[in-house]
Amino acid sequence: METNSYNPFSLAGKTILVTGASSGIGRTTAINCSRMGARVVVTARDQSRLQETIDEMAPVEGGHCQCLADLTCQEDVKRLLGELPPLDGAVLCAGNSVTLPLQFGTREKYDSMFEVNFFSPVELMRLMYKKKILNKGASVVLMASIGGTHSYMPGNGVYGASKAALNSVMKYAAREYAARKVRVNSVCPGMVDTPLIHRGVITDEQLAEDAKKYPLGRYGRPEDIANGVIYLLSDASSWLTGHDLVIDGGFSI
Amino acid sequence: MKIEDFIENFAAQFDETDPEEFVADTVFKELDEWSSLTALSIIAMVDDEYDVIIKGNDILKSETIQDLFEIVQKKHK
Repeated sequence: METNSYNPFSLAGKTILVTGASSGIGRTTAINCSRMGARVVVTARDQSRLQETIDEMAPVEGGHCQCLADLTCQEDVKRLLGELPPLDGAVLCAGNSVTLPLQFGTREKYDSMFEVNFFSPVELMRLMYKKKILNKGASVVLMASIGGTHSYMPGNGVYGASKAALNSVMKYAAREYAARKVRVNSVCPGMVDTPLIHRGVITDEQLAEDAKKYPLGRYGRPEDIANGVIYLLSDASSWLTGHDLVIDGGFSI
Repeated sequence: MKIEDFIENFAAQFDETDPEEFVADTVFKELDEWSSLTALSIIAMVDDEYDVIIKGNDILKSETIQDLFEIVQKKHK
């Protein structure tokens, strides 16, 4: 074998689903998976923003697929499952965040956060496994957060709880799905510069101050996370399952 | 919306500061107790009590409680 063809991180020949692909980490993950050779199935709610992702993707034989879906809507999930090809990988990025002190964390706030960040990806993963859409040896990557393992910023308790729950299910799924050699891992990013953190509750000044808490001196970029996801999807991580991969610029050291 | 109620709701987000200190002209960011968490509490309180979404920048550009009250009042339906 020639040296320059050796690449255990390649995704060539793999078909990979990416949810939340119209923005932030999901978008960059979809684009970079295509650059690593994968055929990608992208899904999100917004047609025009999803199209922007597709426009940046590297072409692949057979072409990429897209499916508009709101994963909190049962009908949409059912339709998505009907359209999905057999998958070698799935990256469940669709999620949301909320910033509010715990004393304002009503049941309603938890419910809406858990709906998007916990119940939706867990249900999709369950059905993809049950319906055998996930091929033997497939790799599932759940997008968690250091918010689920640390109180990394005030006001993120409701969000953090949803991500902690997701990480917990990830470990059980890794154990059970090993029966079909399906691997399940999560990535726990520190603060990443995406539209999710720029919704204005926290000011730019506060964000700049907060970035100083990261030993590597900056917030993450979507590609920092996408590269971790690519590792988890690739054959390079064939013996890795049930792991929460923290990518946080050293924040949690 | 009454400024008196707003001041009372505003003051309720503090634990150490004497409630007497809170008046319409209070320059709230100069209070010793002011922190980023207090700012989050104010945003959440406004959502809770007035069903109005304000942003971090609304707090940033408000000097006094009155300033913030006027922003909330404008958005209040």
